[in-house]
This record gives sequence, C-alpha cells and structure tokens, in this order.
Amino acid sequence: MTIDVAPVTTPIPTPTPTRPTLAAPIVPAGKPVPLEKPSTKIVIKDLHFHYRGFEALKGIDIEIYDKRVTAFIGPSGCGKSTLLRVLNRIYELYPDQRAAGEVWIDGQNILDPGQDLNLLRARVGMVFQKPTPFPMSIYDNIAFGIRLYERLSTSELDERVEQALRRAGLWDEVKDKLKQSGLSLSGGQQQRLCIARAIAVKPEVLLLDEPASALDPISTQRVEELIAELKSDYCIVIVTHNMQQAARTSDYTAFMYIGELIEFDETEAIFTHPQKRQTEDYITGRFG
Amino acid sequence: MTVYARRRATNAVILTLSLAATAFGLVILFLILWSLLKNGVPALSGDLFAKTTPPPGSSGGLLNAIYGSVVMTACATLAGTPIGILTGTFLAEYGRGSRLAPVVRFVNDILLSAPSIVIGLFVYQVMVVPMGNFSAWAGSAALAIIVIPVVVRTTEDMLTLVPAGLREAAIALGAPQWKVVVKVIYRAALQGMLTGVMLAIARIAGETAPLLFTALSNQFWSSNMNAPMGNLPVVIFQFAMSPYADWQLLAWGGALLITFTILILNIIARLLASWSSFSR
Repeated sequence: MTIDVAPVTTPIPTPTPTRPTLAAPIVPAGKPVPLEKPSTKIVIKDLHFHYRGFEALKGIDIEIYDKRVTAFIGPSGCGKSTLLRVLNRIYELYPDQRAAGEVWIDGQNILDPGQDLNLLRARVGMVFQKPTPFPMSIYDNIAFGIRLYERLSTSELDERVEQALRRAGLWDEVKDKLKQSGLSLSGGQQQRLCIARAIAVKPEVLLLDEPASALDPISTQRVEELIAELKSDYCIVIVTHNMQQAARTSDYTAFMYIGELIEFDETEAIFTHPQKRQTEDYITGRFG
Repeated sequence: MTVYARRRATNAVILTLSLAATAFGLVILFLILWSLLKNGVPALSGDLFAKTTPPPGSSGGLLNAIYGSVVMTACATLAGTPIGILTGTFLAEYGRGSRLAPVVRFVNDILLSAPSIVIGLFVYQVMVVPMGNFSAWAGSAALAIIVIPVVVRTTEDMLTLVPAGLREAAIALGAPQWKVVVKVIYRAALQGMLTGVMLAIARIAGETAPLLFTALSNQFWSSNMNAPMGNLPVVIFQFAMSPYADWQLLAWGGALLITFTILILNIIARLLASWSSFSR
C-alpha cells in the first residue's frame, strides 16, 4: 500500500541536493525573524497562463524571498490565485489550463515537463480558502501526508502529529479527541488542522489561498498569528482580498491587476507610498 | 378579482391536483401491498423456508428457490460491483477531458435502460447455447450485467459530488492520484456508493426475464452452479400461472418475501445515505 519510502532519518526523498532547510530543526515559535537581507527562494520569469484561450497571466516576473511572507493582492479576477496555483502546479488537475514561462524554486524550473509533481507538492504545501479536512480522524488527517513519504514507527508518527498540531496552535484543543472526525471541528479549527496537515510534511514553501476569508474574526486572528510564527521556517505566499490582512501579515506585497503584476515592494512601501497610480487607487479604495 | 386572489386560487388548484396525483399513486401502492399481505401471509410458515417446491397436491415450500435467488444475487453483486465501481471511478476521476469517458458514459446509459429480457437473451446466446444447458452461472452473469450500469452510474454521481476542494487538498500534499481516490475520495463518497450497490441488489432481486433464459428454474434442490437452479421470480411466474391452489399460495408467499426483502434493502440504503458523513 505504501509507496517506496526513504530511510527513517531522511524526511523526504530529496529531489536536488539543495534542501538544507529541511534538515534544520524547527525553531521555537515566536523567535524573531533575522534582520539580514532575505535569500531568494522562488524566481518567476515571464509567466503566462491560459484557461481555454483566456490569458489569465500576461507575463509575470517576480522574486519571492525565503523566510518571509509575500502577499498577492488585487481585485477579483486579477490572477493572484492563478499565480499561486502555478507554484505547486495544482492547476494541472484541469486539462484546459496551461502555464508557460519559468518558475525557479531553489534553482530548479518547476514548469519543466520532467518535474515530478508529487515531489514538488510535498515541497510546496498549500492551504485553501475553504477548510478541507479529510473524512477521517484528526490524527489521520495529519498522518495521511506524513505517511506518503516517510515510514515511521507509531511513536515517531505520534510525535510528528503532535508537533504539527502544536505548531498550528491546535494541540491543546484536540489532544483529547484525536480519534474524532476532522469534520467535527469548528471552521477555524478545521482551517488550523489544514495548516497543521500542510506543515506536517515539512514543506519549504507554504501557499495560503485566502486562508481566513471563510473564518470569523477570532479565528482569522489566530490564523494570522500562526502565519507570523511560521514565517521563521518557511517561505510563505498568501493571497488575500483583505488589504488590512496583507498589511498586517506580510513583509512583501505584490499588487496585481488583470493578469499583470503592477507593483511589488516591501509591504510598508506599498501601503505608505506606492509608486504606481493603480496601486494607490486600489489600496485607498478608489476601485476594486 | 385581484392579482393576489387569482394567485391564491391558482395555488389552491395546483395543490389539489398534486395531492390527488400523490394519493392516486399511494392508493395503488397500498392496494398492491394489501393484496400481497392478504394472500401472502397465509403462506408464511416454517415449511416455506424448510421445504422445496412441491409437485401439485402435496405440501412444500420455497427453500430451493430462496437459496437460488440468494446465491445468484450474491454472485451477480460480487461480480458486478467491482467492475461498476472501477468504471465509475474512471468516469469521475481519470476520464475527465478524455474522449473515451463520454462514450463509456453513453453506452452505460443505454445498458442501464436496456430491457432485461434482451440481456437474458444475450446471455442465453453467449453462455447457455455454447455450454449446452441452462445454469446458475448464466443466471448470475445476466444479473451481473444488470448490476454493472446501476453501480457505474451511482458511483460516478457520488464521486462527482465530492467537493473539488477535497481532491485538491489531497493532491496538494503530494499524494499520487490513486491514493487520493482510494484513501480520501472513496471515504467521502462511501455511503453513497453503498447505496448504489443496495439499489442494484434490490433491482436484480426481482428480475424474472433474464433468469427465464439462463438459470431457467429447478423444482428440486440444487446447489450445482452448472445446472439449472430454482429462483423466486421464475417460481412465482410458474406457480401463479398454474391452476393449483397450493402452488398459487406459494407464489403469493414468494411475492411477499421478495417485496419485503427489497423494501428492507431500500430502507437500509436510505439509512446509509442519510448517515453520509460529508453532507455539510
């Protein structure tokens, strides 16, 4: 039943030798992010995207930094979710969607036809707008992803599940009901379960597609706090409709409009003195 | 008459007509059940389940027919369900965007609505004639051919109902597609798929035409799958048409048995459907 797995000590079969971040121990939550200049994790060059002849992305060039939060903002239909969905090639589930261009993650072009999609998705985790717990127990929801690439003993697996749930700030709420269905949790808890599930497989990049837009304000705040804690370990990309959320959670912000990247800068710069007229109109609420 | 009054009048007329139509259907159903109970209950006895079908004028039961029906229904379900589920999985999960899927779906719909007597004749031609005799295997095969399209249809429908988000979430963890389907999607659709299998069983439990040409029937006890085997629908057909009162009584008993078995299966299917864990 299980696919061929690497030895216990190696977390995930390494596609390239350039994965030092994986082996690094998990930093305690809340540790301040180092101030030195961030290293580049993802480089996107001239990315075009088509849905059945409609061009959703018209040549995107952007660099995304490691251990930082980058937010994609813009009005509905601007292509921000589409751009996110290219980064783990999840769009390939739908035969009428196509991407062209280059997306380099750690010096590897993931749009290369030879790219192993399952390994890519193990490195680039994703959390969706609607919480999507699997119809199984809370424990199995987390263990499902871990078991895909690692063969662990029961105690090691228990430990990994606990670690992921603690990291997502959910452990105290669910530790006594790990055998209950993931669907029995509240919406906010379900979303944190999904985040725990995504980080349990130790990805390098975490994609968040409007992770809080289906949640109440308190759950939203918890998810935002969680993002702040997680950025010390991951390269996080978040798509959001909510400009306050982008301002609160991100270090860098990209403003997109009708398939084009209008402006990309440090979040503070974007929100205080945007260079482009369209950006200013959008963040001040004049359109969009 | 104001607009409002006219709407109320129209509403009353439509409501009355709908209720009348519903009552008509229900009355027919209850008449059937009533005549079944009135004529069938007297046939219910220990002998019905303990003795085989008798010659006219002596006492007996339906044991051989009940056994044959259970065995052939079980064989047909065991053979038809995996094929149906795998085909439904292909249509819902793997066939998207392929040219084969719409063709398979169309052919399956034809099979779904094919008259069962045609299926009986087909199996007669491809199994009974070459083998040289009627057999329980041929009966099972004919019933399995009826099971397949029902299961394909319900499986595809149930898998399509699983939210795309669940599929994306599992894929996004790096799970290969077969694992996504087997461990996540099947689990989410399990109750619906089981309901489909139950409905298929209910459908074949009462089929007469396909068995007439394949398993034939057998008035004696037989557990040989290579020989004709007794079964409830054909026994009911023979006995009900006979001039003997005791045979007619047994036919009523068999009819009652089949009807209530199907009723129970349908209730189980409904219960399974309502337990559906992912109806959010």
